[in-house]
Amino acid sequence: MCGVPSLEADLSDVEPVPPTPAVRLEGVVKRFGDVVAVDRIDLDVREGEFFSMLGPSGSGKTTCLRMIAGFESPTAGRIALGGRYVTGLAPYEREVNTVFQDYALFPHMTVAENVGYGLMVRKVPRADRRRQVADALEMVRLPEFGERRPAQLSGGQRQRVALARALVMRPKVLLLDEPLGALDLKLRQAMQIELKEIQEEVSLTFIYVTHDQEEALTMSDRLAVFNRGRIEQVGSPAEVYERPATGFVAGFVGVSNVLEGEAAAAVAGDPHPFTIRPEKIEMHELDAAVDGDSCSATGHVREVVYLGATTRYIVELDAGASLVVMQQNLATSSMEALQVRGKAVRLIWRRSNNRPVEAPAGALEGSMDQEEAQAS
Amino acid sequence: MATGTVGPSDGMRAHLSAFLFRHRLLKLAALLGAPAGWFVVIYLGTLFLLFATAFWHLDAFTGLVVKRFSLANFQTIAHDPVYRTIILRTLGIALAVTLTDIVLAFPLSYYAARQAPARARNAVLIAVVLPLWANYLVRIFAWRLILSPGGLLVWLFEKIGVHWSIGYSNVAVWITFSYLWLPYVVLPMYAALERVPGSLLEASSDLGARGWKTFRSVVFPLIVPGIVAGSIFAFSLTLGDYIVVQLVGNSRFIGNVIYDNVGVASNVPFAAAFALMPVAIMSIYLFIAWRLGAFEAL
Repeated sequence: MCGVPSLEADLSDVEPVPPTPAVRLEGVVKRFGDVVAVDRIDLDVREGEFFSMLGPSGSGKTTCLRMIAGFESPTAGRIALGGRYVTGLAPYEREVNTVFQDYALFPHMTVAENVGYGLMVRKVPRADRRRQVADALEMVRLPEFGERRPAQLSGGQRQRVALARALVMRPKVLLLDEPLGALDLKLRQAMQIELKEIQEEVSLTFIYVTHDQEEALTMSDRLAVFNRGRIEQVGSPAEVYERPATGFVAGFVGVSNVLEGEAAAAVAGDPHPFTIRPEKIEMHELDAAVDGDSCSATGHVREVVYLGATTRYIVELDAGASLVVMQQNLATSSMEALQVRGKAVRLIWRRSNNRPVEAPAGALEGSMDQEEAQAS
Repeated sequence: MATGTVGPSDGMRAHLSAFLFRHRLLKLAALLGAPAGWFVVIYLGTLFLLFATAFWHLDAFTGLVVKRFSLANFQTIAHDPVYRTIILRTLGIALAVTLTDIVLAFPLSYYAARQAPARARNAVLIAVVLPLWANYLVRIFAWRLILSPGGLLVWLFEKIGVHWSIGYSNVAVWITFSYLWLPYVVLPMYAALERVPGSLLEASSDLGARGWKTFRSVVFPLIVPGIVAGSIFAFSLTLGDYIVVQLVGNSRFIGNVIYDNVGVASNVPFAAAFALMPVAIMSIYLFIAWRLGAFEAL
């Protein structure tokens, strides 16, 4: 008997049964010809959470979303919605709805007909349908727009109609494919807040695909960082930002400050690659005092980017790498900030802010991908 | 000369270009002058002459054209049952050909526009357009050889013991017309189908609609302009043709009446009046299409 845990003991300290995930991907692979778009992904999305899939273009996030919606079928692996396997089912057999990147509103129908389309297909009686459509339009703050055509709406308004059209179906999971990608910055920020409010109001599971790390950090309860068809890290925004698991994550979520090899050894006394967030670094005169809990590195300011509230400095380290430093413009004016260019400085940060990371090779590429993604 | 230097001729060109930029109407005139002139003189001019001629008539005794306003031609058309039959026959075959082509063109263009990989799509489109490279008469004669009594089809049927011939008939006319105008129906339908964004079909499916429902509610309404454009080709080309009828048919169509009156009878005013019949029918056809909203989504 000894050594074998008894059944009773098992029962007494049994963990609570984890609730069925809203969406589960099991070993999902998707190949398009020779290209592996999604490479063995396992993922659970919890009931009622705002979950983001973040990654550069071509990282497999949209393909994942499309497989959940049913527009693509996986080459291998299984997909479950609410505890039911749906891998082979057509989109119209799944209780998920999608908000498309290009909105995909039917141009020959009015806004009300667009929003009511799914209900009409479901054969909901006309009076019911009209009420639900009105409610949905109310929710996205377009109550007076039912009779208009999509062509008569602005981008932001079309976006809301697309959202209403999906929400009115009361799906188990709402899939959003870069829905704010086509909007300008101001509108996008306003819509981010609105989307989050709506999600809390209807308490649905949202899966949100984006290449914008700021968007993912602002809106999500949890997020997955995609790279080359794989998930690099899953966690809350704070976890992913504060404790990036890989160099790629460090670079893609926030600014890539990865030191490795000789530079890492010179600065931190250990060649293992680590990352340090730009806002954790202080910039001082060369003769500033350094205490034992801090790391320090000297270098020259190569580039100064004045951003209004903050200034970004790129410092070429004497140890042979460069670091991005972000400083609040508490008392600095743009003139003063720009004068720092070329100056020799000493960077100081608390050693406890160093985060060891794996796979330093991906880090650089990650940051480049991000620039690309943000430029597009 | 080094690049970037401005020579005297460049100066002239710059002047001219600036002048045209300031005088936009002039630029437009330079652009559209020739085609607009052609269109007005040749096309509208002839149409007007046709219209005017239709109200003259042929003096029965002298055989000369009387250039005075008269409704005589139209009275003949309205009262002679032969002409009514011919108009109705032409109309019926034109509608049948149009419908046949739409039915044949849809699957072809749907496959090419939405399903086929690039290579197969090109193959389909080339196959559709290829016959247009062969002479029109040659193609009609080909059908004559296939359909005529003693032709290929009869021979094939006899091989399997069936004695049946389409011969020279309205059915032969219908088949030949349907073949001739098919490319003109496929191409606009293909263009319309290709323009429907794939995300609309996905959205419809996402909202619970199966294939047939998506077709009825999303695809079809969006390609109606393409279908109408194609049908206008098939319909109007059938209304005006007389060669196919001569070669594979055994009855007379609107085109034959016009041809006979210009040639054999040299009654040009009557030919003109009869030529207005397809114009009138086309106008009604376009009016109906317009009322059905076919041009709204253009």
